[in-house]
Amino acid sequence: MSLAVAVAVALFVGVLAYALFGGADFGSGFFDLTAGSAEEGAELRLLIDHSIGPVWEANHVWLIYVLVMWWTGFPETFAATTTTLILPLALALLGIVLRGASFAFRKYSGSLAQARIFGAVFAGSSLITPFFLGAVAGAVASGRVPAEGNGPVLDSWLHPTSLFGGVIAVGACIFLAGTFLTADAQRSGHEALAERLRVKTLGVGIVTGGIVFAALVPIRHDAPTLSDRLLGVATPLIVVSGIAGAATLLLLWRRRHAVARVAAAVSVAAVILGWGVAQYPWMLVDQVTIEDAAGARSTLIGLLIVVALAGVIVLPSLAYLFWLTQTEEWSRDDEHDSTSPRPSGGSATI
Amino acid sequence: MYLNEVLSALSSADGPPGLLPARQQMAMSLGWHIILACFGVAFPTMIFVVHRRGIVRNDPVALGLARRWAKVSAVLFAIGAVSGTVLSFEMGLLWPGLMGPFGDVLGLPFAFEGLSFFVEAIFLGIYLYGWDRMPPRRHLMMLIPMAIAGVVGTFCVVAVNAWMNNPTGFTFVPATGTTPAQVTDVNPWRAMFNDGVWLQFAHMWVGAFMLVGFVVAGVYAAGMLKGRRDAHHRLGFTVPFVFASVASVLQPVIGHLLGLRLAETQPSKLAAFELATTTESPAPLRLGGLLIDGEVRWAFDIPRLGSIIARNSFTKGVQGLDTIPLEDQPPVNITHVAFQVMVAIGSLLLVAAVAFWFARWRGHDFTGNRWFLRFAVVAGPLAVVALECGWVATEVGRQPWTVWQVLRTEDAASMSSGLWWSYAVAFVVYVGMTVGAFIVLRSMARRWRAGDEELPAPYGPPAARPDERSRR
Repeated sequence: MSLAVAVAVALFVGVLAYALFGGADFGSGFFDLTAGSAEEGAELRLLIDHSIGPVWEANHVWLIYVLVMWWTGFPETFAATTTTLILPLALALLGIVLRGASFAFRKYSGSLAQARIFGAVFAGSSLITPFFLGAVAGAVASGRVPAEGNGPVLDSWLHPTSLFGGVIAVGACIFLAGTFLTADAQRSGHEALAERLRVKTLGVGIVTGGIVFAALVPIRHDAPTLSDRLLGVATPLIVVSGIAGAATLLLLWRRRHAVARVAAAVSVAAVILGWGVAQYPWMLVDQVTIEDAAGARSTLIGLLIVVALAGVIVLPSLAYLFWLTQTEEWSRDDEHDSTSPRPSGGSATI
Repeated sequence: MYLNEVLSALSSADGPPGLLPARQQMAMSLGWHIILACFGVAFPTMIFVVHRRGIVRNDPVALGLARRWAKVSAVLFAIGAVSGTVLSFEMGLLWPGLMGPFGDVLGLPFAFEGLSFFVEAIFLGIYLYGWDRMPPRRHLMMLIPMAIAGVVGTFCVVAVNAWMNNPTGFTFVPATGTTPAQVTDVNPWRAMFNDGVWLQFAHMWVGAFMLVGFVVAGVYAAGMLKGRRDAHHRLGFTVPFVFASVASVLQPVIGHLLGLRLAETQPSKLAAFELATTTESPAPLRLGGLLIDGEVRWAFDIPRLGSIIARNSFTKGVQGLDTIPLEDQPPVNITHVAFQVMVAIGSLLLVAAVAFWFARWRGHDFTGNRWFLRFAVVAGPLAVVALECGWVATEVGRQPWTVWQVLRTEDAASMSSGLWWSYAVAFVVYVGMTVGAFIVLRSMARRWRAGDEELPAPYGPPAARPDERSRR
């Protein structure tokens, strides 16, 4: 493996981690949005808060990691993408800002009225962000970003691959979040809540799975380079994703919630890996390969050193955080949370 | 006249359409983020001090403070994280001309910064949710990685800015008729550890402690002014004020050393700082004043002092603006005023801090003096203004270069004409975030004052969840 490909793989690991960890966070916004009135939804909203509260900031850093690896390792393609996809990137950014701020504001807001407003902003913006990030991925994967940058502001992403990319991203996030929240609700003894979440998640899973496979047809015409490999070398991953997705639905159906979330994570990870494999060896499909896009050799080595350090410093800390939130370690309630469900992990449990 | 210069400096008509909005948006989002970043850097250390005191001395007042500060830092850290993300998008959205050619030169410190931010986010998560859930001493230890990450993160981000002021670690081959400009021989480590980085880092790091120290102390000074003079308020004032005092004594020393470099490295910035139109040896110290039609008006000159302060010499002069081509000069008045406001506020805060501790040593407690308390309340906002002015001075003073004498700002900026929209939306969002943060922090404080230490369940009236209550 060349140095450039090694850095690209490290970058893609970040994409994968963000899609799984951040994705489960974003998806919880859908359930928050559809939880009902303040009375009906209080139980679920508290569960969501406990699931993502300790981990969302750490999950969010994966995105920063991806951006930094991109502009440092492959600077010209980063500039080409930001100048071309300025609109979906700016809208995704808007969603990130509104979501992060309002989640924190809601948690500490002083009255129910305040909490309602911040909560609505949090939940709504949770859906915007994955859509536009998915659209960005679709635009890159379908060869719409010219190597020299400054591509058409609208035409570069208003086409089937991008739009399907956005919808699939939203669906995958909701599906992931649904399986985790269902398992959490069950584990913390909220049987009725778990049942409601389970039904919703089954619906989302069926719809999303349908869209993923339906999308293969338009993508075939819209992004031939991508789909040649998607239906070639990446086929095993697509098959794995399909099987894992179906298994998730089956497990949810049979109320095997703890195992279902593993299957859901595998399913989503396989789709994303499939995209990565299908896009290889392009950095910007049909425009620039990973080799040609790479920055200076010394910088690539520096980045791999950072990645190695991250493996030594960040991963154990992250594992510690997830272990604390996932195991019974923290299940003892403190006084101000005495009315809340036991914290049990949520997106931490991938 | 001044306004005209500001406008013409900002809107150099021959630049790309994205230049002005890109500059404005960057200034706004960076200027906003830097305040929160200061809290991320300095607050964990202050929380550590009170939290440790609470555990070691079994002091409930100190523990209560640590708990409240932790909640405040959760809000500030969350919006700091998102405004920091905004910046990483903006690097590409607004400055493709910088990130494309130079991304692999300047990117490495950002990667290390990402690493340290990761560590800070993880341990903040553990710390916040660890209250009453972890053994007290281990819980306290969770603040240490946060504090260290704050130091490393500051160094890394400032390293990029220091590189923009002292570009090294690459060879720049300008464009010729047929070939585009090229950046070769990249050495990212040399770029990261450039000659300007250590002092600039120290200046920012200490500045963060000044800002947070004075702001937090000011909050408790305000409480004391309203007659709340309990142990809680005294400790809440004293701890941050100690940090702020030490920082304000160190800061002028660091700033002076940093300024000494300018005569060699960025003479045009120094000339703008000092409002030196012509080279004078020895140079006077010019207080106040504006440059109008090439002439200095309303300035108060102290002979020789300029040379002493700027050059550490009785005789060496400050190179004048007349030696620098007009198209290479920064907007002089903005730079000069920002620099002088920073120095003036810094000096004022230094004097106040020294006076406070001197008086205390002589047996007088200024916290009983209403005028001192009033000053302590304004000291926080003043420290914010000083920090902002410092950044304005160094950033505007670097113009018209994004990378000093390598890349002009107009060549770094986006060509997109849609950036006005982006700026407008960003402006509205930032105002909204400011208002949101203000409302939330204020209602938290009110609830605490009302004796309601813990927050009510935020997502629904408590009565709505009988099953929860009966469950235990």
